[in-house]
Amino acid sequence: MDRIPNKNMTETKKIRVLIAKPGLDGHDRGAKVVARALRDAGMEVIYTGLRQTPEMIVEASLQEDVDCIGLSILSNAHGALFPRIVELLRAEGRSDILLFAGGIFPDEDVPEIKRLGFRGVFGPGSDTRDIAEFIRTEIAARGPVRG
Amino acid sequence: MTVEPDLATRVSAGDRRALARLITWIEEDDPRAHAALAALYPRTGRAHIVGVTGAPGTGKSTLVSALAAEERKRGRTVGIISIDPSSPFSGGALLGDRIRMMEHIADPGVFMRSMASRGSVGGLSVATSDAVRALDAFGRDVVFVETVGAGQAEIDIVRTAHSVIVIEAPGLGDEIQAFKAGILEIADVFVVNKADREGADKTANALKVMLDVGNTMKQRRSGGPARVVGPSAAELAYHGAPAAGRAGPHDPPEDPVEWRPPILKTVAAERRGVLEVVDALDAHWRHLRESGTITQRERERVEDEVRQLLGRTLTRRCIEASGAERYAALVDAVTARALDPRGAVEALIGAWRGVARGVARGAQRKEAD
Repeated sequence: MDRIPNKNMTETKKIRVLIAKPGLDGHDRGAKVVARALRDAGMEVIYTGLRQTPEMIVEASLQEDVDCIGLSILSNAHGALFPRIVELLRAEGRSDILLFAGGIFPDEDVPEIKRLGFRGVFGPGSDTRDIAEFIRTEIAARGPVRG
Repeated sequence: MTVEPDLATRVSAGDRRALARLITWIEEDDPRAHAALAALYPRTGRAHIVGVTGAPGTGKSTLVSALAAEERKRGRTVGIISIDPSSPFSGGALLGDRIRMMEHIADPGVFMRSMASRGSVGGLSVATSDAVRALDAFGRDVVFVETVGAGQAEIDIVRTAHSVIVIEAPGLGDEIQAFKAGILEIADVFVVNKADREGADKTANALKVMLDVGNTMKQRRSGGPARVVGPSAAELAYHGAPAAGRAGPHDPPEDPVEWRPPILKTVAAERRGVLEVVDALDAHWRHLRESGTITQRERERVEDEVRQLLGRTLTRRCIEASGAERYAALVDAVTARALDPRGAVEALIGAWRGVARGVARGAQRKEAD
């Protein structure tokens, strides 16, 4: 069965995900692993590379018309960068985009990140299948994709 | 119901969110995209569409990014569509061309969109043409379409551009591969990128030799050169200046001197040689318009598109008309060798005709009422 091209191919609604690394840390192994896993889960993943400003991330997500943004951060700069990204998305009228975060966050920061509107926060050791499942479930709950 | 300005109006007013959504709907073959495109169609036909193709690793994205920067310097707005393959197994795609184009992200004069091939050959060409048209209606002066030159489908896509850049790079061992793929015939400009690497001259020379051979064969087939312009002129034309510009005042305009694709060397990552590529694109665009070739190309492009759309629309309608169950049964029958593929196609067309006749009868009845 595996050798037969997947029926997803003919499905016209695709989940589009932007994976971005805001801030200055140069470690993108985790972001790349997640990007690859989401591709294998049948999603279209736009990867923007390292050292992105909130403005760059929001502009790219607008042009790519994504359903979901995953932000990977290891530099502990989320306190400054995440609120800015949420604010810019709101200003562009795209608060509907699903947000999740990956990386290392102090436990006490997680509630604040979730309060900002990040529906998922995935720390080290997270199963990429769980991330894919999370995205699928969240998008499905929002009704028809980009309807 | 909320009244929002219609998508086509927003796109033509320069709303990039509307443009982004229109391209999404185009990719999903959403009827709302068809309506918006129909409304936008009269506004299209102004952009210079440039196809960029070449093997993976030749530096297409880097070159497109550098070309976009040079076009911006010349005061033109830019649209970029980058196509990457979808995985045939998961249907997903990893679209990474943006990494090399992020330098333009703060510039509203550059709009870039990544598209996945989504496995459907005809569908991709149609969606790409529509996305290009959306960027055209959005008011972009130049639209680059970048694709991996790995198959016929990709060649079809870039062939629909006004000007096609084929990129090679030394040391990939793919010179012969490129010639095999028939990629030589579609190029208007050749770029040997990564020209600071060893073997760049060899790659450029190999291209030149293949072009010369192709040209000699063309002349033989047509019984000699169509119009003798002399070896020196031909040699000059070789390096990108539009030969049409040298045509004498008494030369009839319908007999344009053939465009000879220049071979240009670049180091796109360092912006070297990029100016010359944009010069060549400008010269080719001028050549197309002055020689009248543009009309012919445009007609070919439109015909190609109409045919693809026809094939795709008929396919969908035939399958719809026969119903999912009957369609599956036909496929099963062909698999079991109980029916041949053409037989299945005839059956599907028959089903569609039946539906079409039913519709016609319904219309007649209505008229009779």
